[in-house]
Amino acid sequence: MSDFYSGFWDYYVAILSLLSIIGCAVFLKAQSKRRVALKASGEPETTDHVWDGDLREYHNPMPRWWIALFYLTIVFALAYLVLFPGLGSRFKGTLKWTSVGQHSDEIKQAEAVYGPLRARFLEQPLPAVAADARGREMGERIFLNNCAQCHGSDAHGSKGFPNLADAEWLYGGEPEVIEASITNGRQGAMPPMAAAVGGPEDVTDVAHYVLSLSDSAHDSVRAARGKAKFAACAACHGPQGKGNPQLGAPDLTNKIWLYGGSVATITETITKGRQGMMPAWKGVLSDAEIHLVAAYVYSLTHSGNAAAAVEK
Amino acid sequence: MKSAGSPIPSSEQRGAPARTIAIKQVARPASAGAANDTRGSEVIESLYAKRIEIYPRTQIGDSLAWFQRWRWILVWITQLVFYGLPWLNWNGRQAILFDLAARKFYLFGLVMWPQDIFFLTGILIVAALSLFLFTAVGGRLWCGYACPQTVYTEIFMWIERRIEGDRARRMALDRQPWSARKVALKGAKHAAWIAVALWTGFTFAGFFTPIRTLAVAAAGFHTGPWETFWILFYGFATYGNAGWLREQVCKYMCPYARFQSAMFDRDTLIVTYDTERGEPRGKGSKTNDRRSRGLGDCVECSLCVQVCPTGIDIRNGLQYECIGCAACIDACNWVMDKAGLPRGLIRYATTNSLQSHFGAATIVRRILRPRVIVYTSILGAIIAGLVVAIAVRVPLKVDVIRDRGALAREVSDDRGNALVENVYRLQVMNTSEQRRVFSIRADGVSGLEVASDASFEVEPASTMSVPLRLRAPATLDSGSHRVVLELQAQDDASVRVREKTTFLGLRR
Repeated sequence: MSDFYSGFWDYYVAILSLLSIIGCAVFLKAQSKRRVALKASGEPETTDHVWDGDLREYHNPMPRWWIALFYLTIVFALAYLVLFPGLGSRFKGTLKWTSVGQHSDEIKQAEAVYGPLRARFLEQPLPAVAADARGREMGERIFLNNCAQCHGSDAHGSKGFPNLADAEWLYGGEPEVIEASITNGRQGAMPPMAAAVGGPEDVTDVAHYVLSLSDSAHDSVRAARGKAKFAACAACHGPQGKGNPQLGAPDLTNKIWLYGGSVATITETITKGRQGMMPAWKGVLSDAEIHLVAAYVYSLTHSGNAAAAVEK
Repeated sequence: MKSAGSPIPSSEQRGAPARTIAIKQVARPASAGAANDTRGSEVIESLYAKRIEIYPRTQIGDSLAWFQRWRWILVWITQLVFYGLPWLNWNGRQAILFDLAARKFYLFGLVMWPQDIFFLTGILIVAALSLFLFTAVGGRLWCGYACPQTVYTEIFMWIERRIEGDRARRMALDRQPWSARKVALKGAKHAAWIAVALWTGFTFAGFFTPIRTLAVAAAGFHTGPWETFWILFYGFATYGNAGWLREQVCKYMCPYARFQSAMFDRDTLIVTYDTERGEPRGKGSKTNDRRSRGLGDCVECSLCVQVCPTGIDIRNGLQYECIGCAACIDACNWVMDKAGLPRGLIRYATTNSLQSHFGAATIVRRILRPRVIVYTSILGAIIAGLVVAIAVRVPLKVDVIRDRGALAREVSDDRGNALVENVYRLQVMNTSEQRRVFSIRADGVSGLEVASDASFEVEPASTMSVPLRLRAPATLDSGSHRVVLELQAQDDASVRVREKTTFLGLRR
């Protein structure tokens, strides 16, 4: 309970509410009758209200059942206060209703509807789920709500966040690997390599060599100079620069760049290193949700043959 | 309550204050709680009184009278439309269906989406202005002839008369102690009412859920919980309003009854009693005899009071309870015919015509007064606007949602040119009832092109979320650029929507 909260307010709210209701009843009772001057018979009965000096209104009483409606609202108010927690927080109401309870009830209801559906997909292998339009649709929803912030709503990624819709994978694109990446997350760490490579000029040389691996525009003289210094990088990226999915080290021989493929950006990458972080979704998403979203990601690169593979 | 300009200051004749209004003098019933506690010259009285049951007489003469026939014609028209429309099919679906769960509203060839609420607003404005116009010209035409409250009361009273008999017999029956016959009659009446009410509730629900499916479900008593609720709710509302509440709805609940005075003027046609001609009233039907006794034409038969569904005496002048059903006109004309007096002692007339003794031609000419002309022209303009808006309505809606996580990204094309790419999601709503292929074009930045699928297929009357990638040369200035997306149906060039959005260049 908050420091500013005292039990006094429970009584304050309760007494104020009840007094208001009683006040309404008393007011209603008092206002259903009036005292009027006795009139000579034959004189029309008016409400005695006068506007503009001479404008009067005949007395047209409401039907008696009408006032019963007002009393009914008082009964309703009291019944509500018995059933629901309206009189401060001390009295919980006989229905024991809480907003938290209502929320968890609704979650239970949703689980009853979607749970079996998800469970059915969880039992199926990933390519089969990816081949199922319903499964893809469910996966896409999960992706848009949880993954699209970094990977883009089209899953094509952006700077520092890999494109999931091409055939290039940092850690591998097999069903189990995709699911493992989502479940446990990934820590992609490239250390600053400037010291290992040499001075700034040497770093630029290596950058040109890296560009040459993928036949990108480069300075061949610098690339030739950088080739020898690339040995420091080969531990992770391999001697041919083919990368290593075990470590998440990218293949440098294609034109797919996680952080950008200009000389300046590659120089920056070598100099300062890169820290990529994919959070672990275990605990945030259920196993079935991870399975569905993995199937969606898988389907992005296996749209045609996945369906065919399942049918065989 | 009536304003100072209220027509027919009948109270003057009764010696009341000159501008007393609203307008009925209540006979003080003994049950009104009066005079229990007399203190000097004052009494305590209740502001609420027991409702006095009204037994409107519906049969005068052998055939349907003129206005009564019109009321029945309107009952048939409105009820044929109400009960019949949901059974009508159109292109293999229910012609009129308000599918709330799917948020789609089918009106013959049109499929309205929640985004079309604009049209509903237009229809409501047209309805309100029509009410103003008809009221200014002809008083409470809506109340008297077309309002569901009147129409269902009319139907329920017809059932009542077929089972219990007309006014005198119903009054006698209610005075009787309970007997087997009384139970049988009342039971039969309520059973018939409930049957009509349930059918009405069922039909009403049939506007919101396919009625043929609903009929099968209802026949087997396995309608869904909400269907059951609404059928019973509207059934109960019909039974309660038309069977029990009747004129009380008009007198105590309906706001229109209360503000009608603001829409009347002295040239509005209302149901009126010609006081000058009728007074002084007195019994006796021989015309010469009446003249010699100095009597007016009112023979004090009280039929106008007996037939009134709201229990008023029209001879007291215009009253807010009067729904303008003209039952008293029919009754009075029948009596005038019998008495050999001219018809029209109670008739549709304007306040001015009664005071200045206009003929019908002047009344008609005065219909064209500024108020009516203004109402008519506004109404005409809005109807025209609505018709045009519906006619040019494009059955395609598009929302463009920019990706927020990544603003712009650098990519390269097959030839290695550096490009800047922006990602959007299009919410494409195909509101037509056919499957359509749409193609996208983008304009606004030089070299702009669609990198994702440039065409896609959307199912009939459904929504699809389409990822869209736009690309431009990476040399594009940083910052925001206005671009326009154009979606067009491949089978119909007129189905085309242009949406503005922004394209961001790379930050440098």
